[in-house]
Amino acid sequence: MKLTLAGPPHFPPINTVSGVMKQVLYALVPGIAAHVWFFGFGILFQIALAVGFALALEAAMLRLRDRPLKPFLTDYSAVVTAVLFALCMPPLAPWWIALTGMVFAIVVAKHFYGGLGHNLFNPAMVGFAAVIVAFPLDLSQWLAPRQLSPGLPGLWQTAQAIFTGSLPETLSWDALSQATPLDALKTGVAENRLVTEIRDAPIFGDFGGLGWEWIANFYALGGFWLLYRRVISWHVPVALLATVVVITVPMWLMGPDINPSPMQHIFSGALVLAAFFIATDPVSGCSTMKGRLVFGAGVAILTLAIRRFGGYPDGVAFAVLLMNMAVPLIDRLTRPRTYGH
Amino acid sequence: MHDLEVGEHLFRFPGGLKLRHHKQIACRDPLARPDMPEALYLPLQQHQGPVGELLVQPGDRVLKGQPLSRARNDREVPVHAPTSGTIKAIQSWPVSWPPDSEAECLVLEPDGEETWTETTAVQDWRQTDPADLIEHIRAAGLAGLGGAMFPTAAKLRGDWQQVHTLILNGSECEPYISCDEMLMRERPGAIVEGGLILARALGAERVVIAIEDQMGAVDKSLPRALAEYDPDDIYRIVEVTTIYPEGGEKQLIQVLTGAEVPHDGLPQDLGLACLNVGTAAAARDAVIEGRPLIERIVTVSGPGIAHPRNLVALLGTPVRDLLAAAGGLDGDVERLVLGGPMSGLPLASDRIPVTKGSNCILVLRREDTRRDQPVMPCINCGECVRVCPANLLPQELFKYLQAEAYEEADSLDLFDCIECGCCAHVCPSHIPLVDWYRHGKGVLRERGIEDARAQKARQRFEAREKRLSEEKEQLRRRREQREEKLKSGGDAKSEVQAAIERARSKSAGPDKEGDR
Ligand code: SF4
Ligand code: SF4
Repeated sequence: MKLTLAGPPHFPPINTVSGVMKQVLYALVPGIAAHVWFFGFGILFQIALAVGFALALEAAMLRLRDRPLKPFLTDYSAVVTAVLFALCMPPLAPWWIALTGMVFAIVVAKHFYGGLGHNLFNPAMVGFAAVIVAFPLDLSQWLAPRQLSPGLPGLWQTAQAIFTGSLPETLSWDALSQATPLDALKTGVAENRLVTEIRDAPIFGDFGGLGWEWIANFYALGGFWLLYRRVISWHVPVALLATVVVITVPMWLMGPDINPSPMQHIFSGALVLAAFFIATDPVSGCSTMKGRLVFGAGVAILTLAIRRFGGYPDGVAFAVLLMNMAVPLIDRLTRPRTYGH
Repeated sequence: MHDLEVGEHLFRFPGGLKLRHHKQIACRDPLARPDMPEALYLPLQQHQGPVGELLVQPGDRVLKGQPLSRARNDREVPVHAPTSGTIKAIQSWPVSWPPDSEAECLVLEPDGEETWTETTAVQDWRQTDPADLIEHIRAAGLAGLGGAMFPTAAKLRGDWQQVHTLILNGSECEPYISCDEMLMRERPGAIVEGGLILARALGAERVVIAIEDQMGAVDKSLPRALAEYDPDDIYRIVEVTTIYPEGGEKQLIQVLTGAEVPHDGLPQDLGLACLNVGTAAAARDAVIEGRPLIERIVTVSGPGIAHPRNLVALLGTPVRDLLAAAGGLDGDVERLVLGGPMSGLPLASDRIPVTKGSNCILVLRREDTRRDQPVMPCINCGECVRVCPANLLPQELFKYLQAEAYEEADSLDLFDCIECGCCAHVCPSHIPLVDWYRHGKGVLRERGIEDARAQKARQRFEAREKRLSEEKEQLRRRREQREEKLKSGGDAKSEVQAAIERARSKSAGPDKEGDR
């Protein structure tokens, strides 16, 4: 009998990194499906492109850094980064946007800092921030949802648009594209129009943007499943969403004409996605449970501030990156009291 | 604390894990004894201290229960001959602690007669002075049977105020281990009587037995025993929720009282003493029957053993004999664990002997321990933080240790880690966190940085020894002075006067020394 002497515990751990990452991906499936329903196949192309680039870049960087390929290529962390990035892209964004984004996400944000587990910033959001700063125009080309569209582009047309950068002659941008609800609000308010008036536009739905609110619902569904499976802890999503409500309710009650309702805030843009999938990124987030509450609240406050005062219609990415910087400080200030101390 | 009775309300401790129990498989068969081994191996240095001054030499014939060593203070625990036979040798032999090491062991070859030595029981323990009870318990070689092997006498007396409640820990929370459950089923009366004896030794007014809510049959056997042995009704049975590691001393105290043992203190500082139910039964055997601690119940269980069961094993029995008595191995066995799957010690050999703290031998096959992923970097998922019962930040400790920043790890309270293994059990990156913590503690100790509790315990011990010797010295000096005075024909009257004054001043104020 040959005995092994590894230390306790003696049964293997109940989780694996790839297991955690895969569950995050499963949880995104309903939201992606809703996205396809409302905006067509574009998002699937964006995901495929981003994942392809991400894995290729990950492999190249592992090679360069002389790290084993297999465990890190199969841990699905790069895939999660890529998918989250792709979900923030307009459906018909040209292919090189995904490439640029992944270079910043995988090469710069992840591997320059030491690879899996060592990145200070959320890689998907670094990628997003890079492309929105570099190519603001291309990132504003959003499609109108199915209900308002003369006809969503089909598979082939989508591929053409993404890879050649121009639409097939049968389609025109003017007919297809549409400002996102957040854009519309921002420009509307800037033109001194009333929120209620702006909201009369057909792109708004019952409480958020038309289509968008349903996608958010399905993201939330996946998020609840992650909570139930304990893949993420409740701290970040609860703190984030609660803070949005706490801040926007009084403002909305005081000035419903100039301030969007809390529901409008939550159900447009990437807020729900951020609450459950982006701000919950473990590596670049807080280690302590109290710290996660602070982190979530901080993301909410900064997002609202950027939406209200900033130059970008949605501020989630920048809010997350700013909070990433505060993590070491928050962690230090929120250390729990050790038993018996 | 005093106004709240222990166990009246139950509290929660942070973190912890709900684990599959796996206890019943070893409780189906009644207790049995393995065949008499060819030789018994008794380590001279055990987990928590030496066995004291050796009283035998190779070649000596010994009787069952005969002391083989003598304790010179409360930190030493004597060993006794588990059976009659001949001391063959004192030789190096594999032992469990530290892992993969050998240590000096007395080798006892049984003669098969089982001839008892003459034993001395305490006549009427209810009338016996607590100090004499403790002396007796110490001489019987009692050490914590829960696994830590802490000398029992050192738990019963020391530098603290009044202990008001004795907690008997019957909540062995790790999966597979069922020796305490078995004992509570088979010998509930011995536990209850033993608890009363320990309470008298401590001066405690109440006894609380903590059992798990998932234990079968114990909830009937214990109350029956209480009806018989506890006429004054000083016992309370408390069922605690089975969440690992609620049977850890600190966690159990938190569950029962809501209070935390200070990081540099002892349960006794809260007026509590926590002992294992097995230790209580052993105390009863020692006091009422005069039987020293020479055997214990060991669970032999796990997926790799043919017939999991509980065995009554003589101390010194090699693990190999226990495995045989449990039907032998089953499958591709690759790991033997002393203790449970969460915090047990891996054994390097099946020749390692049973000691006073050996509660369980867990037998695991290759497929039980196999991991389907290499160790990955920490992804800061926080699972370890969520489950840590000590409220530590396991991943931060790990990062510091990995960077060899040992002092920083110490400042994050590394020494308060109880090595429960919860963090490593949930870590998706499969980082052997507990190994890192043990390594880190070892390095810090080498650098002379001690765990605050150990430090204070040592200071207390030394202070007590010093005080005892000072008192002795004072007595001696006083006697000498008196003798001198008498010799020199001093003033007898002023001597009497002084004595009266001393007595007066004593009765006037509370006497600090009086509560000892
Ligand atoms: S459980 Fe493992 S991976 Fe997760 S934070 Fe703790 S040490 Fe890191
Ligand atoms: S082993 Fe230590 S750090 Fe890990 S959960 Fe237990 S007490 Fe916390």
